[in-house]
Amino acid sequence: MQNIAPLNWRRFPERYLLKGNYCENCKQAFFPPRAICPNCRRKGKLVSMEMPRTGKIISYTKVYVPPEGFKNEAPYYLAIIELENGARVLSQIVDSEPEKIKIGAKVKKVFRRIGEPDKYGTITYGYKFKVVE
Amino acid sequence: MGVVIVGAGITKFGEHWDKAFRELIAEAGIKAIQSSGLRGEQIEAIYGGCMASGRLIGQEHIGALIADQLGLNPIPSTRCEAACASGSVALRMACLAIKSGLHSIVAVGGVEKMTELNTEGVSFALGGAGDQEIELFHGATFPSLYALLARAHMHAYGTTEEQMASVAVKNHANAMLNPNAQFHKEITIEQVMNSNYVAEPIKLLDCSPITDGAAALILCSKDKAKELGLKGVEIVASEQASDSLALTGRKSLTELRATRIAAQKAYEKAGITPSKVDFAEVHDCFTIAEILAIEDLGFFKKGEGGIASEKGKTSLKGKIPINPSGGLKAKGHPVGATGVAQAVEAYLQLMGLAEQRQIKNAKIGLTHNVGGSGATAVVTIYKRFKG
Ligand SMILES: [Zn+2]
Repeated sequence: MQNIAPLNWRRFPERYLLKGNYCENCKQAFFPPRAICPNCRRKGKLVSMEMPRTGKIISYTKVYVPPEGFKNEAPYYLAIIELENGARVLSQIVDSEPEKIKIGAKVKKVFRRIGEPDKYGTITYGYKFKVVE
Repeated sequence: MGVVIVGAGITKFGEHWDKAFRELIAEAGIKAIQSSGLRGEQIEAIYGGCMASGRLIGQEHIGALIADQLGLNPIPSTRCEAACASGSVALRMACLAIKSGLHSIVAVGGVEKMTELNTEGVSFALGGAGDQEIELFHGATFPSLYALLARAHMHAYGTTEEQMASVAVKNHANAMLNPNAQFHKEITIEQVMNSNYVAEPIKLLDCSPITDGAAALILCSKDKAKELGLKGVEIVASEQASDSLALTGRKSLTELRATRIAAQKAYEKAGITPSKVDFAEVHDCFTIAEILAIEDLGFFKKGEGGIASEKGKTSLKGKIPINPSGGLKAKGHPVGATGVAQAVEAYLQLMGLAEQRQIKNAKIGLTHNVGGSGATAVVTIYKRFKG
């Protein structure tokens, strides 16, 4: 079986703080962080940056048939969210009334457990989002 | 240097409890060699498409396995992997091997054995086509990624669930005429609409099935085909494009950019416009994927794919027949074999061998194969070759 502990540890800054990066040359924000700016290539200047914690829903779905590790949560909502700096994330939408989950709805980041613990009991945490009024 | 398909073979698609992975590819490969009129000894190299045999059956090293099963050792044999586009990438690599002048006769295979795992295991295996760290990690499944694309298309253009359902109904109707298809069962719009949601707005009957199957082709350089007096189907363009692995890296969710780019380049290479294409096999892993494809390939304007499907413009007798074979939806989708199987259908149609589903006077065909949610797309254009 895969040992997910090192992967979880490597991704703490992204999953806990939405740490990405930003190109000072073309002003585009990237999440997760990129090793090179695809617009500017070697002329780009990437600096580490926390993403804004609010954004809006670009598209969403309600998942009825979950993958392994998400059985207890189904059905649940997934959305593509555009953050205020233009970077996009895919995340679950939680703690929100279903009729408010729609394209254009404003959302903010919350911190939650992701999926069920694996067979070694490793618990994984990260971002989810909720609709704000 | 031109490339000609001179032979094609395919197994029945479906649940093959009595056949293993190796028997499926051997069957398709032997059929292809026999249909070409060539002898196995004349084949110089093999390219094989296979997506997930490691996760599905615990077997890797598929290139060597194929050469071994076909009794073709010691020629070079290479596996190509690009998720569900593996088959078309293998076909393209074989074309490049011939165009480079290195080889003149090359075999292409595509194979997947998917029914030996339960549905969860297969979902996990197919999940490998998406972005493990930023999509699958959050509970995304393949249907849910296409559901996100579907919702965006519905929002932008008013595409409806009924329009998506009409794609499934048409492809099941076409598969009735294909003896190798997995499903021989007509379905209705109501049945699709009444099937359970997998990931809203995608329902069970919007999804392609889990399938075992294999397909194979024999390719020959144009010069060699002329020299040997072989007839066949010429590959006039095979173009491939990449995009971000995750949907969040895309600028637009209402198109697959890789499809659009690969198609533009392919039309340019072939010196044609979309209106010259007589039929197309497109990547309908979900019904919304066919709607996106017929727009991104230029057969219909952006946003009009849903209504075109609903109005029957893509049926066997429509303006442009799409997926005469039944498509991934009803012919079946053994992922690594799919791209090669699409080329087999193009070959049969252009050779006039497509029996009951034959499109009259088909002169130019197109295949479109997608990996994952659009991170790889391959567009191939074919025309008759009379030697
Ligand atoms: Zn830049």
